[in-house]
Amino acid sequence: MTKGLTRYLLALGDDALVSSQRMAWWISRSPQIEEDIAMANLGLDQLGQARSLLAYAGEVEGNGRSEDDLAYLRDERDFLNVCLVEREQKDFGVAMVRLLMFSAWQHELYAALTGSTDLTLAGVAGKAVKETAYHLDHAEHWVLRLGDGTEESHLRMQAALDAEWPWLAELFDNSFVNEDLLLQGIAIDPASLRESVEGRIAGVIGRATLARPDVADALSRGREGRHTEQMGYLLAEMQHLARSHPEVTW
Amino acid sequence: MTTEPLWEVFIRSRRGLSHVHAGSLHAADAEMALRNARDVYTRREEGVSIWVVPASAIEASSPEEKDSFFDPAGDKGYRHPTFYHVPEGVQHL
Repeated sequence: MTKGLTRYLLALGDDALVSSQRMAWWISRSPQIEEDIAMANLGLDQLGQARSLLAYAGEVEGNGRSEDDLAYLRDERDFLNVCLVEREQKDFGVAMVRLLMFSAWQHELYAALTGSTDLTLAGVAGKAVKETAYHLDHAEHWVLRLGDGTEESHLRMQAALDAEWPWLAELFDNSFVNEDLLLQGIAIDPASLRESVEGRIAGVIGRATLARPDVADALSRGREGRHTEQMGYLLAEMQHLARSHPEVTW
Repeated sequence: MTTEPLWEVFIRSRRGLSHVHAGSLHAADAEMALRNARDVYTRREEGVSIWVVPASAIEASSPEEKDSFFDPAGDKGYRHPTFYHVPEGVQHL
């Protein structure tokens, strides 16, 4: 039970942490300086969610691991985030499509978790649900403009959507969620979010004149700690400072 | 993308106060300008309301007209309500 809750919190925290790291890449690289700041804001919101969830995971686990220990001193196989958020996103269209998918899912998840019987988790969700509402709004506006924009932007957005779509399904994988957590009303079954999340995404891509991709799901096993090649590079960058200079402060 | 139009941003910091010019930014359209303004100018709880206005819609006074516009007000002390007592507790006056 404790182990199940720790694992659940780590998975949600890792989603937010790894996504945040990818968002930060855009600072100084966005199409406009205003968007640099927006991406930083979104990434920092996610980092805040990750901090709360990882700190609580460490507390529940009871081995004295802090949020920093969990973020910086775990190895790739110990991270439980979905593969969707760990892959490189050096195309702005990909970044916005992915943000649309991830924030739509996070938003439904956190909205449901505000009713969790675990009051700490409900509290984290209560704060995050307002943040993710804005993330979703931000992604939606860009997807609409780029999808229903010029011929070039439309083609690139459709390519981005086709590339990201296979990684969406893992968000609804519930194999890592302990059944007791569901019975006690602590966790939310991710599979139960599928209809509302996909409906929300479908609404946006329809208005953006994009076609729902007809592609097979990727073999995505991040929830088991099995990640894509790019995850190692992400962790190397994210963890380097903390590992090379233990206890460093500034 | 400097080809995008320029917008002027006005923020109301709290209820009861006026919107005050906060700065400017680029955005493709009004909805995006509003969102950019939220992200750029209200990160530290600066506001409860935002207006964005196309910079091209603003007609500004010219520095060349400074003398005729503003100097004549300089010697008209009777326009200042200095003969009233301000009641206690009145704020933002």
